[in-house]
Amino acid sequence: MSAAAFTGTNVMDIDAAKVRGAGSNVHFDKVSVAYGAHVVLHPLTLDIAPGEILAMIGPSGSGKTTALRAVAGFVRPASGRIRIGATDVTDLPPYERGLGMVVQNYALFPHMRVEDNVAFGLRAQGADRALIAERVRDALGTVGMSAFAKRLPRELSGGQQQRVAIARALAVRPRVLLLDEPLSALDAQIRRNMVEEIAKLHRDLPGLTILYVTHDQTEALTLADKIAIMRDGRVCSHGPTGELYRRPPNRFTAEFLGRANLLPVTVVEAAGGKGFARAALGDTTLASAGRDEKAGDRSLLCIRPQHLSLTDEGGHSNRISGLLREVHWQGELTHLVLDVDGTAVRVSTTRLPIALPEAGTRLPLFFAPADTSLVPEDAGV
Amino acid sequence: MLVWSRSGRLVLWALFALVFGVLFLAPLAVILLSSLAGQWNGVLPSSLTTAHYGDVLHGSAGDAVKASLVTGFLASALALVSGTWAALSLRLQGHALRRLLGLLFFIPSAVPSVSVGLGLLVAFSNPPLLLNGTVAIVMVAHFVLISAFTFGNVSAGLARLSPDFEQVASSLGARPGYRLWHVTLPLLAPYLVAAFGLSFALSMGELGATVMVYPPGWVTLPVSIFSLTDRGDVFAGAALTMILVVATLALLLGLERVAARASGS
Repeated sequence: MSAAAFTGTNVMDIDAAKVRGAGSNVHFDKVSVAYGAHVVLHPLTLDIAPGEILAMIGPSGSGKTTALRAVAGFVRPASGRIRIGATDVTDLPPYERGLGMVVQNYALFPHMRVEDNVAFGLRAQGADRALIAERVRDALGTVGMSAFAKRLPRELSGGQQQRVAIARALAVRPRVLLLDEPLSALDAQIRRNMVEEIAKLHRDLPGLTILYVTHDQTEALTLADKIAIMRDGRVCSHGPTGELYRRPPNRFTAEFLGRANLLPVTVVEAAGGKGFARAALGDTTLASAGRDEKAGDRSLLCIRPQHLSLTDEGGHSNRISGLLREVHWQGELTHLVLDVDGTAVRVSTTRLPIALPEAGTRLPLFFAPADTSLVPEDAGV
Repeated sequence: MLVWSRSGRLVLWALFALVFGVLFLAPLAVILLSSLAGQWNGVLPSSLTTAHYGDVLHGSAGDAVKASLVTGFLASALALVSGTWAALSLRLQGHALRRLLGLLFFIPSAVPSVSVGLGLLVAFSNPPLLLNGTVAIVMVAHFVLISAFTFGNVSAGLARLSPDFEQVASSLGARPGYRLWHVTLPLLAPYLVAAFGLSFALSMGELGATVMVYPPGWVTLPVSIFSLTDRGDVFAGAALTMILVVATLALLLGLERVAARASGS
């Protein structure tokens, strides 16, 4: 059986009766969570479309794991409802929600062999032996762990254990897969590989809805169709990954999702229907993608370090200059830190002039208006 | 390693050997020698013999071993079930209630065992709970005295158990009973075995409460040893003590192997 068999469209032929037959979208309807008087998740309204990967990212204590645990049924909302497909699961126990969950430390059952771990959910739900054998074979095949079926978890590496954990979650054919910081315990190299493997897995299983909680923006940017950025128990921005990255709606999003240079500017001319606004940085006027700013508004011009160039290339009509403060060579990339009118500006480049510039040198920086956006200065949600 | 110098390590080993030898080995060695002594008038015994073992084995020692093993096994099993149940239940309660009930569980272990025996004797000497003179009151006495230790061991195991295991099991569709049987208890197995072993060892050596409540025909090894030494038959008492030590050690070693298999080490 191919990996396509794991898609969410033909799932649930084992007992999860209360959610069976419905779609695999997840809907948070004003869901809040509180421990006593301490609110850890403020009323959250959010949709995850069927087959979508939504990454929830944010710093520790931002409420992202609480939101995931509310979907899983391990945290009871103080208010609001959670729906999976057409079913309100708010009052259902975790074992009736028809989910799969993968956690940071894998949580493979150490007393069971790999194949028994993968078969666990099916056995718990009373599936027959033939079905279990078929599903275990398929799930292990999907994550490339068929050869390890007879091993005990302690005989596997961290990356292999995480694959088995994913296979275990897939074997029950969940409509929604919950991934709670699944790669945090892995070292950097394995984590990069696993991100690519999860991306491939989702290409193979396009119907599977995934809620992916992480504090790693790279994982979120690589995997997610949409991102919700959490801060202090609230969603401070939510939208398609590329859109959020290119046009961050607030300062926190700009700085949390990738690195951003934020230059304080004053809007000179609103974008209107022309596409680009004009903004003044000191004596320099710059063109930037705008939103609904008005002339005279104070704003932040957001430009990513890799979009700044030391040389004038086609389309780079914006030009500023700064005093070079630091140079950090990191092999593939070189990072420069410049002082531009009192603001530290970071440049990441793969190509440098033949002679590495020295600190104290004044350098021109070029960038394209399309690579910028204006971020409201006071929208610091 | 805390001590790096060779001389420092030698001093520490010597200190350890001295403390271990004096506090642990010497009393056992004296009992072993007493059990083999024909006479003991000097520093060391003389006329070594195994006759005391023969005497106690031909006497009522067999019954005493059986009484101790049965009492220890049943009381430990009962304590294991109730201690595990209590630890699992208290885990779901609020912090204050959990602490309060947890402390209550430990109260019997803070009371002299003679007092526990006396209390049971008074409590169960009248209908409708007339247990005085029965084997059951011995079981109850042992259960009361050892249950705190099983509860403590299992609670410690549960505290170390990551909630992720049970939560993942639930998310995969495992109902509470299935999850308990296939995930929680197997993961707790080393702690359960250790709790059972400790309870069993404590029960095998229990004297204070037993001597207050034991009925005729259910004389445990410690009571037999006490009786023998009380009437001056020290060598036979020592022989019976060695039988108690060997029986307990054999069972504990067996349990250790079970625990090692359970934990996969």
